[in-house]
Amino acid sequence: MRKFLRGGVAALALAASASLAQAAGNLSVYHWFEYIPQELVDKFSKQYDVKVTIDTYNSNESMLAALKAGKLGAYDVSVPADYMVQIMQGEGMLDTLKDGELGNKGNIAPEWLDVSFDKGRKSSIPYQVGTTAFMVNRDVYKGDINSLAVIFDPPAELKGKINVLDSQGEVLTLASLYLGIPQCSTDKDQLKQLNDMLLAAKPNWASFGSDTAKDVLVSGDAAAGMIYNGFGAKARAENAKLEYAYPKEGYVLWMDNMVLLKNAPNRDNAVKFMNFLLEPENAAAVTNYAQYMSGVTGAEKFFSDAVKNAPELNPPANQIGQFIQPCAQDVQVHYDAIWTNLKK
Amino acid sequence: MAAPIAMPTQPSAGTYAGLGPVLMLPTWLVIGCFLAVPIAIMFIYSFLTKEFRGGVIWEFSLAAYDRFFLSRGLFGDEVPTMEWTYITIFWRSIWQAVLATLLCLLIGFPTAWFIATRPPNSRSMWLFLVTIPYWVNLLIRTISLKFLIRDNGPVNEFLMGIGIIDGPIHMINTDFGVMLGLFYSYLPFMVLPIYASVERYNFALSEAASDLYATRWDTLRLVVLPSVKPGIIAGCILVFVPSLGSFLAPNLLGGAKNFMIGSLIEEQFKGTAGNWPFGAAASMILLSLVLVVLLFYARQQTKRVPK
Amino acid sequence: MSARKFDLRHFPGFSPVTFLCLFLLYAPLIIVMIYSFNDSTSITRWGGFSSRWYADVFFGLEAQKFREAAFNSLFIAVVASVLSTAIAVMAATAMVRSGGFRGQSLSFALINLPLMVPEIVTAVASLIFFTTIGFTSGLLTIVVAHIVFCIPFAYLPIAARMQGIDKTYEQAAQDLYATRFEAFRLVLLPLMTPGIISGFLLAFIISLDDFIITNFVKGAGIETLPTAIYGSVRRGIQPNIMAISTLLLAVSVIFVTLSYLVGRSGEKTQ
Repeated sequence: MRKFLRGGVAALALAASASLAQAAGNLSVYHWFEYIPQELVDKFSKQYDVKVTIDTYNSNESMLAALKAGKLGAYDVSVPADYMVQIMQGEGMLDTLKDGELGNKGNIAPEWLDVSFDKGRKSSIPYQVGTTAFMVNRDVYKGDINSLAVIFDPPAELKGKINVLDSQGEVLTLASLYLGIPQCSTDKDQLKQLNDMLLAAKPNWASFGSDTAKDVLVSGDAAAGMIYNGFGAKARAENAKLEYAYPKEGYVLWMDNMVLLKNAPNRDNAVKFMNFLLEPENAAAVTNYAQYMSGVTGAEKFFSDAVKNAPELNPPANQIGQFIQPCAQDVQVHYDAIWTNLKK
Repeated sequence: MAAPIAMPTQPSAGTYAGLGPVLMLPTWLVIGCFLAVPIAIMFIYSFLTKEFRGGVIWEFSLAAYDRFFLSRGLFGDEVPTMEWTYITIFWRSIWQAVLATLLCLLIGFPTAWFIATRPPNSRSMWLFLVTIPYWVNLLIRTISLKFLIRDNGPVNEFLMGIGIIDGPIHMINTDFGVMLGLFYSYLPFMVLPIYASVERYNFALSEAASDLYATRWDTLRLVVLPSVKPGIIAGCILVFVPSLGSFLAPNLLGGAKNFMIGSLIEEQFKGTAGNWPFGAAASMILLSLVLVVLLFYARQQTKRVPK
Repeated sequence: MSARKFDLRHFPGFSPVTFLCLFLLYAPLIIVMIYSFNDSTSITRWGGFSSRWYADVFFGLEAQKFREAAFNSLFIAVVASVLSTAIAVMAATAMVRSGGFRGQSLSFALINLPLMVPEIVTAVASLIFFTTIGFTSGLLTIVVAHIVFCIPFAYLPIAARMQGIDKTYEQAAQDLYATRFEAFRLVLLPLMTPGIISGFLLAFIISLDDFIITNFVKGAGIETLPTAIYGSVRRGIQPNIMAISTLLLAVSVIFVTLSYLVGRSGEKTQ
């Protein structure tokens, strides 16, 4: 038994040290898992003769924690969400793009060019855009769903059957929108109102869950649940009774962006990659795969039918979503306290 | 075959006397170097100032421990009183870990006994049978378990179908779900150590007891259990301690409506709050609690007198 | 041997509990296997029978990544469990059989330290430490980290087992002019086998399933099965993960059957 093990380990070790093909350059990407189609990566690889390595994380915060704890300098680009770009900027983790370096910069859709978290797009390009609201199972509730009251002051049919995202940013922002109070408020009465409303709403919720948001809706564990729009489109494909809502009080807008990291080991290739993703055809390939909206003009021509016809990916023109605002330190403390209060 | 009747002994001197430190060296090196040092860093971190969005500023501060034990109201401007929030979270996790350990013991002990009393050739096979499911990722298994126990899932439909119950038993998103999650994560950690002890058990002792007219259960209670105590204790430690910091399966099956120690600490390192010193402080407090219990147990071991 | 009223090894109710236990462990796996043949992309709704996910696993676009991840996981698990079991055997001998030494209680605390610290803390602390000492991330960092947390899982069953073995066996061997090392190798070690197997198995499955620590200390481009699976949760788990899990299950069954046959053929009578 022992000899077998020893021999087996030796054989495995040999196999593990297989040599890798040489390419003209390298690119080290820090990315969400399964957020970019492999064919697109291969296309880039071939076009520029660059070997691409993708390392993955499963949340913005763990990406930040890992970069902070020592991984900065190992990657060229990563894909943080809007608020995280601002945070990383504040931490000095981003490199700036020189004027004219990004040839396809003009392809960025005008509404996403001068965003609050990166004015003038100095370090980032839009990757995918989405909204966060909620879905309702129409079999269980047939009334009007376009209001956040469905989540925070639910009708009788939905009580005890609601799933809420396990994410401080989304929940507190949607709650603030529902109450009509501004984000990052310093008004103590407003904060108290927020705290009390959430505590009163919690008994009506069945669970907190972000990764399971789609499955609980599809399986019926939840009759209503907060969810990202692209995820929602997939849920609807598995359970046609689900409908995505665009609440009148507002909903959360989010955008994942590719950023150029400081101390990037392959800066030139990183810029090439970012440029590559601003080509309409390539941007559309990402959308067709991940099923969120693109920030590149002209990409619509290449969208698949599924994407063109999904209500989740085509918000009504009169509704505007809000980005989650990261707050200043002394304000953030209060929101942290409210969240801890909610989950204690 | 006449095997001598052997009573379990306390740590015995003699055979390898003096080799203690030498044999411990690899452990000291590996754990000392690659874990104790990082943990010492964490300990220091718990006394530093939190950097906004994660990380630490090298400035001494007791803010982390202050936050754990003292409450200053929602806005931090009230008179400090005892903060029960985190202590409650700790207590809740401890209590759930205790229940999970008991559940594992109740189901794990008979299982280990059963395996140990199979024919010798097949025992390894039974052991593997218990551990094969754990080759499949916990997340996948837990999601499948969730599928099974949903309100409209197979288990409920089966029970309703054969008429035992009228409405579905609500198991998901309850405390029972959390318990099931913990049980499911750690069962083999109870079975395997107990098996290792029971397999050694000398059935001549049971025979002797039976000759003295003891019932089966008395024998179990008064003869077997004391003999296999090391295995039981090892199993309990291996289930209880990780359960304290566990949250994946409990959250998936229990609904994540309340923080457990594990999710609270993870939130400090990965959540928007990013309060590393507080996460470190909570971990140090947890560590101290468990250390106290373990050291107590270790002292008992060295003091034990052979019967 | 006089006739007995009952079999001393048999306790009524223990067998049913065992089978209940095994049922609880395997029932979810049956679901995994069934849904690996699901025609739709859902893991909660049945869409018809199809083996396309297995094709996807072997020939699909992500196949290479998952294959590498599975290989990495198995490799790390084997190396980490073998080494940690070896270290644990030595530690158990020291703790149980060496008659006490200075710092014994502290050693016990150290052995169990990996158990007591929440994984996220170990993960972040290890990454900070590794970066500080310039231990560049890669497969080796994962292996080292895994060895560390596997040690207590291997140690506890082994020590428990050792505590139940009477020292007279080794003393008898020494009376017959065996050296200490021979007494260890030929007397103690064989008696320890169930404990060592238990410890090894625990260390193995613990290493195979680890996510948080692996995620933080791994090098760029290295994926293990848990990190790949947890990462794909974001996009929604698809049945291809179920297919991979089923394949892994098949591998483990083959492995177990092989070792059972090997064990049977090489079995010495007790």
